[in-house]
Amino acid sequence: MDFSSAKQFDLHRRMVRIRLFEEAAGRLAEANKLPGFLHLYVGEEAVASGVCGALNDDDHITSTHRGHGHLVAKGGDFNRMMAELMGKSTGYCKGKGGSMHISDTSLGMLGANGIVGAGSPIAVGAAFANKYRGKGQVAVAFFGDGSTNIGAFHEAANMACALHLPIVFACENNEYGEFTPRDKTMAITDVVDRAAGYGMPGVIVDGMDVIAVHEAAVEAVERARQGGGPSMIEAKTYRFYNHHGVQNLGLKYRSDEEVAVWKLRDPIFTFEDRMIENGVATRANFDDIWAELRADIDTAIQFAEDSPYPTPDQITVNVYTSMTGAN
Amino acid sequence: MSDDRKLTYAQAFNEAVSQMMEADPDVFCAGEDIGAFGGVFGTFAGLQAKFGERRVVDTPISEQAIVGLGVGASVTGLRPIVDLMFMDFICVAFDQIVNQAAKLKYMFGGDATLPMTITTAGGGGLSAAAQHSQSLEALLCHIPGLKVVMPSNPYDMKGLMISCIKENNPTVMIKHKRLLGMSAPVPTEAYGIPLGKGNIIRPGKDVTIVAYARMANEAISAAKELAEEGIDCEIIDPRTLQPLDTDLIIDSAKKTNRVVVAQEAVRFGGLGAEIASQIQELAFDYLDAPVSRIGAPFSPVPFSPALESHYIPDAKSIAKGVRDVMARR
Repeated sequence: MDFSSAKQFDLHRRMVRIRLFEEAAGRLAEANKLPGFLHLYVGEEAVASGVCGALNDDDHITSTHRGHGHLVAKGGDFNRMMAELMGKSTGYCKGKGGSMHISDTSLGMLGANGIVGAGSPIAVGAAFANKYRGKGQVAVAFFGDGSTNIGAFHEAANMACALHLPIVFACENNEYGEFTPRDKTMAITDVVDRAAGYGMPGVIVDGMDVIAVHEAAVEAVERARQGGGPSMIEAKTYRFYNHHGVQNLGLKYRSDEEVAVWKLRDPIFTFEDRMIENGVATRANFDDIWAELRADIDTAIQFAEDSPYPTPDQITVNVYTSMTGAN
Repeated sequence: MSDDRKLTYAQAFNEAVSQMMEADPDVFCAGEDIGAFGGVFGTFAGLQAKFGERRVVDTPISEQAIVGLGVGASVTGLRPIVDLMFMDFICVAFDQIVNQAAKLKYMFGGDATLPMTITTAGGGGLSAAAQHSQSLEALLCHIPGLKVVMPSNPYDMKGLMISCIKENNPTVMIKHKRLLGMSAPVPTEAYGIPLGKGNIIRPGKDVTIVAYARMANEAISAAKELAEEGIDCEIIDPRTLQPLDTDLIIDSAKKTNRVVVAQEAVRFGGLGAEIASQIQELAFDYLDAPVSRIGAPFSPVPFSPALESHYIPDAKSIAKGVRDVMARR
């Protein structure tokens, strides 16, 4: 597939937005300005961007504990995201969810999820509803290699195929389940080998190549939209930072050399080189884009810092629809 | 349309579902064996024939994915009824029930509505042993975000099930397996019973029995026996356990000054403990005796009828509880 220069810039922009948001979040965490856990998506930007770039606004996605990138790629608002990470009342979740539950149902982003594997059954439900309504919407379940070892994933994949639902299972295989390498936790190298067992097609793509991801996503999403049922994409990718937090080197469970090799394949910088090489863009174009988006991030940080914290009377609000607290 | 038309508890459930599916095209059912087979308890009988495979969906034996189907479909605008067959199976689906269904709305800062009903069948009395007989309602009532309903008769079943389907929050409708064949007059038209509103099944002045699901019926038998002994029992059926109609219970406690709570579940840490605690907090000065709790012993549900018949509380054990409370001076 040939993609227009506008589409290439669109995919690039999604990736840069993720990178800048995540690096800003990392800096704020190091400065102790973000409470709670932080799972950064840096290194994996091509996956969320390539897949979400193939979706419409009214398509649905479910996400993981490493979920900021998915929301950014689906069009998430920096201000509300940053405010949520700081636990402010102006955040996406009014300070009740934080990093691990960031969501925007109006964008079809049905939540980051603190439970590994729990998003896939929910994506199946969204896909069911989409088929039920018959308006051609699809759902994408983003999940990591590690979550394919949990029962919920198996149930979701099987049910999606049994009911022939319009869904794409998008695996981000970053080779580690938290701090344990993939080869210690599964006896296969490629997660996509599991797809055939459910009766769905699957492809492996270079998860550091946004065009490769996007190409596979366009095909899978189109298949789902046309009634062709579920399929799986396994994107081989890598998280540049630790499982949580911002440390990347000197970790006991993976070598610095391994990190360095993957970083040479940075999904954004390699794509920029390609776009320049192909005459689609100039370095000056990219300088402008980064500068523009950096300014957006600065605005978001300021917005979040200036925003009020939620007040204690909000604790029991939003537990139920039209009801505040039990008893 | 005669007012004394009778339906069984199972038929009342079925009619509620059928009428709501007719009224709202966004309502659908999914679960194991609920299609052509009509559900293992027959509660979904005929629905697939009437509404088709699109709206009455046979699923794999996959409780997590069944509840996840309800979560994802409800948060994107449908009104699912997802069935878990036996209540014991909520344990298989507990992540989706507790960490997902109950919490999405809150974690999203209100930006989610989950109008889903989980239906299941609880309770013992069928020699179904420890994995098919439990009363696990207390686990669910402990989770903010869920509503929990346990009807004791066909009339309440229909009205409560209709309210569950119309409810904009995740609701768990627990049918009692031993009540499925219970027959009573049920109005033909669709009607709702508000969730969180209990019912005074039998007014009385001497002692209050708070009992739900099958135990409410055992309490009625106990009250008949006790009436012959000159003890006038008031029976309160909360019907909904979360939210609980605390006001109704407290008002009755203040009137009779003596309370027995009867549950089929294991006594320790059950609804009875919560109800007793609320009564002592809100009506301590009115009590003439400690609130008594009737419940199952602290063991899994046994298989043999010789054991199970002693395990599950009944009219006799409730009557004994009442006599003990009445004996306090």
